[in-house]
Amino acid sequence: MQWEVVIGLEIHTQLTTQSKIFSGSSTTFGSEPNTQASLVDLGMPGSLPVLNKEAVQMAVKFGLAIDAEIGQHNVFARKNYFYPDLPKGYQISQMELPIVGKGHLDITLEDGTIKRIGVTRAHLEEDAGKSLHEDFSGMTGIDLNRAGTPLLEIVSEPDMRSAKEAVAYVKAMHALVRYLGICDGNMAEGSLRCDCNVSIRPKGQVEYGTRCEIKNVNSFRFIEKAINSEIQRQIELIEDGGRVIQQTRLYDPAKDETRAMRSKEEANDYRYFPDPDLLPVVIEDSFLDQVRATLPELPPQKRERFQSQFGLSVYDASVLASSREQADYFEKVVSIGGDAKLAANWVMVELGSLLNKQGVEIDESPVSAEQLGGMLLRITDNTISGKIAKMVFEAMANGEGSADEVIEKRGLKQVTDSGAIESMLDEVLAANAEQVEQYRAADEAKRGKMFGFFVGQAMKASKGKANPQQVNELLKRKLEG
Amino acid sequence: MALDRSDVEKIAHLARLGLNDADIPRTTEALNSILGLVDQMQAVDTTGIEPLAHPLEASQRLREDAVTEGNHRDTYQAIAPAVQDGLYLVPKVID
Amino acid sequence: MHELTLAEIARGLADKKFSSEELTRSLLTRIAQLDPQINSFITLTEDLAITQAQAADARRAAGQNGALLGVPLAHKDLFCTKGIRTSCGSKMLDNFKAPYDATVVAKLAAAGTVTLGKTNMDEFAMGSANESSHYGPVKNPWNLEHVPGGSSGGSAAAVAARLLPAATGTDTGGSIRQPAALTNLTGLKPTYGRVSRWGMIAYASSLDQAGPMARTAEDCALLLQGMAGFDTNDSTSIDEPVPDYAASLNGSLQGLRIGVPKEYFSTGLDPRIADLVMASVEELKKLGAVVKEVSLPNLQHAIPAYYVIAPAEASSNLSRFDGVRFGYRCEDPKDLTDLYKRSRAEGFGPEVQRRIMVGAYALSAGYYDAYYLQAQKIRRLIKNDFMSAFAEVDVILGPTTPNPAWKIGAKNNDPISAYLEDFYTITANLAGLPGLSMPAGFADGLPVGVQLLAPYFQEGRLLNVAHQYQQVTDWHTRSPAGF
Repeated sequence: MQWEVVIGLEIHTQLTTQSKIFSGSSTTFGSEPNTQASLVDLGMPGSLPVLNKEAVQMAVKFGLAIDAEIGQHNVFARKNYFYPDLPKGYQISQMELPIVGKGHLDITLEDGTIKRIGVTRAHLEEDAGKSLHEDFSGMTGIDLNRAGTPLLEIVSEPDMRSAKEAVAYVKAMHALVRYLGICDGNMAEGSLRCDCNVSIRPKGQVEYGTRCEIKNVNSFRFIEKAINSEIQRQIELIEDGGRVIQQTRLYDPAKDETRAMRSKEEANDYRYFPDPDLLPVVIEDSFLDQVRATLPELPPQKRERFQSQFGLSVYDASVLASSREQADYFEKVVSIGGDAKLAANWVMVELGSLLNKQGVEIDESPVSAEQLGGMLLRITDNTISGKIAKMVFEAMANGEGSADEVIEKRGLKQVTDSGAIESMLDEVLAANAEQVEQYRAADEAKRGKMFGFFVGQAMKASKGKANPQQVNELLKRKLEG
Repeated sequence: MALDRSDVEKIAHLARLGLNDADIPRTTEALNSILGLVDQMQAVDTTGIEPLAHPLEASQRLREDAVTEGNHRDTYQAIAPAVQDGLYLVPKVID
Repeated sequence: MHELTLAEIARGLADKKFSSEELTRSLLTRIAQLDPQINSFITLTEDLAITQAQAADARRAAGQNGALLGVPLAHKDLFCTKGIRTSCGSKMLDNFKAPYDATVVAKLAAAGTVTLGKTNMDEFAMGSANESSHYGPVKNPWNLEHVPGGSSGGSAAAVAARLLPAATGTDTGGSIRQPAALTNLTGLKPTYGRVSRWGMIAYASSLDQAGPMARTAEDCALLLQGMAGFDTNDSTSIDEPVPDYAASLNGSLQGLRIGVPKEYFSTGLDPRIADLVMASVEELKKLGAVVKEVSLPNLQHAIPAYYVIAPAEASSNLSRFDGVRFGYRCEDPKDLTDLYKRSRAEGFGPEVQRRIMVGAYALSAGYYDAYYLQAQKIRRLIKNDFMSAFAEVDVILGPTTPNPAWKIGAKNNDPISAYLEDFYTITANLAGLPGLSMPAGFADGLPVGVQLLAPYFQEGRLLNVAHQYQQVTDWHTRSPAGF
């Protein structure tokens, strides 16, 4: 049986507002329990919600960035259910009239092709508190600091067909919300959470199979593993003659399997109705224009521009545009160093591996964009060779200052005086007269390798400072005789 | 639309109200008489009428994004039935 | 001193005829003596009252004045009062000392009022007789075997018995106007959004409004002045300037167009009340008003619509009472579900539980359209009816209730018949319109009220009409025997 996998994702992003969506409490992560829980957050009798303007702005920004319809008359609704981390016994969310309607996000697949993933809608809602299951003499402790933090729930169409596509979508969404400055994307802290809806159907079938929802998967790696293990489970279940029951599941990374969530065993009737404590949110065209003006250049446009303006390949452009910090770093380097392709190479390869080794992000890079740009300038103006540049780069990473300072201090200036190079080469050839004879006697094929020997000797003699191009040219001429 | 015993049990569960078995018949009867009153609404033709959620048709005011609330844990937890280490306690929840 | 109206007290204090502290102490003594007969208070706040009275006297001595400075009153027990029990008439909140003051409470305290206590009410404001309170029923001072009306029955009885000059109430389906009518008081439900709901424990959020209850329209004007105003803490609060209500009391009623809906005079209406209503119309005509018949064709659908919308909103509003962060918690809960079910079953009375269940049902999957949505559509039809009527008249007049106060216990086995008593008042809540009830006579010794409705934010008009009526009639000056 050929199976087709259908995946839809619900991504919850915590918006980086100062205060909560319906109260003036701080949204800072990691504070002492219940020290950021006001009357409104505790659901104290008589308390009432008032909507945070920044949350609305951020949601609209997101909607515009994914080319979506904006719900210019959107309504908050109550989702009613009982759970200890939900103080009011209902979550204020949006149901029939969300703030963002249909949009789309393009993802780049492994083979380089672009696939358009539909976004059904995105809506604002409040986050719940946290349950701590560490033993409090057989009780669970509830911390409501998080209750009321604004969330933007982004619902995709069931357009993904593999775990890898799903991961690509989440990564693209993660990059986008960070790009827009509306969410810090910190999955470990729960700023971005992913629920995966997975179903399978025989290839060619139009109707969807029964889906299961895997809740709260908190890393890209786990998303891929969770989806794959769920696909496996469903296939095995059906092929063994069983039926998939719609249920909510959790991924257990230790066992690499999903299991049903006990607390969600019964289907919940959420009894949605418009929240009578809040009025409909009306978004005027002027508000839209205002927000549109604050949109940064987004990854797709940046990718295009990196290709057209800097002549980068699709792949290089994609990588460099993938995060706002990296794109900004790259452009800064180019603005100083001039050569975009050289900059692309250094940022992606040398800098990339340095950051990896040190385990830091680009915004904590030990080599600043100014430093790197300055160094690239010295390569293009021939002050140093590419090989020497690697030494300079390492020195800058160790805090030895700018490229010029390092070059000066360590005397790394490249020798470009052809007279000096010639006399150095003459000395080298004289010192290796036997090899010179062998070279001249050898055929084309053998000469290639022997040539390298002379280049090596020349570099040694000049302590790497001789301009490699000139060495090559002059050496060739001298060896030809 | 008459409710039977199992309907009432379902609703009571949705609303987390513990009903005694003995009370269910009386509650069922009471609910049915209220629903009988309410069912008179079905006679009204409301085609093309927009629901009215708020009497005065105003729109939601937006609040500036600023932290205006401090830490009042001690005051608010002074009236709580069960707290420990600043956390509200409930019987253990198993996920 | 207990015979003085709020306005007379204000003048007396200003003229230094007595101090706020004297007045307060005298009323507290009177309450202790007489309240056991009517059970209008849940909590007395003697210490707070004396402190506030002394502070008011000090402010007056320092040259401040204001109609409410030093005036004693009480708050219905669903207004949060910081550090003081706020019970909503329920076992669920018997141990709830509110950690903050409602905006209404804070505003009135800032104006210098003196809080004598928290008044009894139907549990969570659900009722029309004040028989469902955890703290026992309230008795009507006009006849102790009869109900005072509800849900603001405690505030009504306390003021009617002259235990204090005025009190705050709330009105969701008539809970200020109906008890005012049954106890010979003037009570006003403002336009929805006129008074802040911050700290006012919610029953039905889109219908609830706080308002004044007192013996005269003038008193209501003075108290409303201190209650009304935009509040940034309440998203449903409307930013509309508050006029000077006292200033509009004395306008002439010449040319005032009064509409009397033909649908008001149906078979359910006690004929004695019908007569008194028509008599009040005659009085108003003498003052220059003109009367015409109007129509409110969807009136009959108001009660069913209300008994879907209010319970639906309440079922959700009351979910927060779960034994976790405040309020009643059952003993030794076995597990989470047991905690919820037993805390709520033991904490809430039967009427509250019934309405929660009706509400949950009305919102549940498969029933939402037929019940909740249908009710909201009928709500629009009712609003439209009023908009049409107000295109032709300035106020709408009619009975406040179909019957005078009934005997305590008479409707115990028939809650629906209690619901039907809301017939005249409910539409104002559904449409959000301001409404006032004023005394208009007696039926076998039991008070009868006449209701006036006006367009949005025309509380001044209502108070004006009532005040002028009260200049030429004396129903509102009568007091119950024994009090």
